[in-house]
Amino acid sequence: MSIARFWRETPQRYNLGGSKCSDCSTVYFPPRSVCPNCSSHRRSIGRMVPFQLSGDGEVFSYTIVHEAAEGFDMQVPYVLALVKTVEGPMLTGQVVDIETGEIRIGLPVRAMFRKLREEGKAGVIHYGYKFAPREEDRAPDTPPGQRDVARAATPDAERGPTTA
Amino acid sequence: MRDVAILGAGMTRFGELWDRSFREIGIEAGLGAMVDARVSSAQLDGVYFGNMAAGSLIEQEHIAPLILDYAGLGSRHLPAIRVEGGGASGALALHEGYLAVASGLYDIVVVGGAEKMTDVTDERGSDIASATADHEWEVVFGATLPSLWGMIARRHMHEFGTKREEFAQVSVHDHEMGSKNPNAHYRNRITLPQVLGAGPVAEPLGMLDCAPLSDGAAAVVLGPLEIARKYTDTPIRIAASQVATDSMALQHRREITTVDATVESAQRAFRLARRAPSDVQVAEIHDAYSIAALVSLEDLGFVPKGKGGPEFASGRFAHGGAGPTVNTSGGLKSQGRPFGAVGIAQVVELVRQLRGEAKDRQVSGAQLGLAHNLGGTGATSVVHLLERVN
Repeated sequence: MSIARFWRETPQRYNLGGSKCSDCSTVYFPPRSVCPNCSSHRRSIGRMVPFQLSGDGEVFSYTIVHEAAEGFDMQVPYVLALVKTVEGPMLTGQVVDIETGEIRIGLPVRAMFRKLREEGKAGVIHYGYKFAPREEDRAPDTPPGQRDVARAATPDAERGPTTA
Repeated sequence: MRDVAILGAGMTRFGELWDRSFREIGIEAGLGAMVDARVSSAQLDGVYFGNMAAGSLIEQEHIAPLILDYAGLGSRHLPAIRVEGGGASGALALHEGYLAVASGLYDIVVVGGAEKMTDVTDERGSDIASATADHEWEVVFGATLPSLWGMIARRHMHEFGTKREEFAQVSVHDHEMGSKNPNAHYRNRITLPQVLGAGPVAEPLGMLDCAPLSDGAAAVVLGPLEIARKYTDTPIRIAASQVATDSMALQHRREITTVDATVESAQRAFRLARRAPSDVQVAEIHDAYSIAALVSLEDLGFVPKGKGGPEFASGRFAHGGAGPTVNTSGGLKSQGRPFGAVGIAQVVELVRQLRGEAKDRQVSGAQLGLAHNLGGTGATSVVHLLERVN
């Protein structure tokens, strides 16, 4: 490894550029060339226009990952969420700058550009989006620097004791 | 289209088969099914082979002719076709074999499934399995298969009040069933406190909510029902074979607590067979993760949406419950999870049940069985209805 790959030239991965069907106005991320929502798919071909997501959304569901995806081993435990954006599309991404015990369904978050992982020994760096609680929603007495993802396992309230 | 019957079934033990190669286990299952069906190699018209990732797992592609060759059938130059659909590869291969016989193109067909998953590290095996989700828009952002099912579980708890203990009960159930299956990867019984206390994988799912990665192979022989009695006294008719698909990524689904592909494949199967979920006595469902069993039981129509947890915990899917009796093989959790073999192994178990040969796992009076095989988080669902011909 490792040669350049197509995704390194995929701007949507970095700036949340989606698409919108000019027929039914549904917004998609990542962008699509055909609208799955329109009764006549063919009518939407050539009528999908670029649409920029704001990056604002809220947590629709979440998990705390202890057995990492490839390249994420150094980050466990990490919070992974499905985020419902205000424009409609759902995105999958990590939620950072938060204690694992603070994550909840409905939490307002905002997307940011971050380093995702390093791949293999050559260390090719993957960039993309992650999410974090919005600054304006934070308690005023808690500096953002103290909100980093906890390194130690935080028992989930709805899970039993971790001793085997 | 003509009726198709299963004439024979065979499988290897599932588990860490470190002393055996991919081709060896493939041959054992295939020849086992042919011996069971009393079919000779001269009668064989073709082979379909379910396999997810031999290229990544054992660095071997092009496996269908390979297995046929080492089964001693290379000189017959038969058609041999590999079928891939993630964890649903096995049942997808069965669908293809069913179509080939139903169409009249072939008479006798072997459908096999095999995977050798423990020749790589657990981490590598998990990464390969996660490629059955959307690599570009899920995995690269930190998702794994258990983490996606963990988010389904969390949302199911949020929307329906499903309790952690309820889906933990699936693993307890599966190990109880699997303890009676000599082919199972894990034959030990486990308790609810053990499941709840196991190390976390992707909360709320822990180690014992997740099916293992296994080695193993399974196979069945198909033929036209009209000549099935030449081969077996107990032909099992394929009453329906239905495949449905959905968006690859969980984030693009209509909702995440319903797997629409399961709903579609099940409804089409029941409609075609003119049967209802209440007609099923025995079912093998895709419990790769404990929560997946609850979601599937709802989506297959056995319980209303949102009621999977309390219904499962009530014991209705255990021996002697209101039924259907679920995962008598031990399911993916206990019998094991060699991805490409899973969908065929489910059918092998149902054949044994419907023939009345399942010994102390036997569900009395089993006439109609359902097999449900999923790929990824539900981008592919395959449902088979199998019926004893009296």
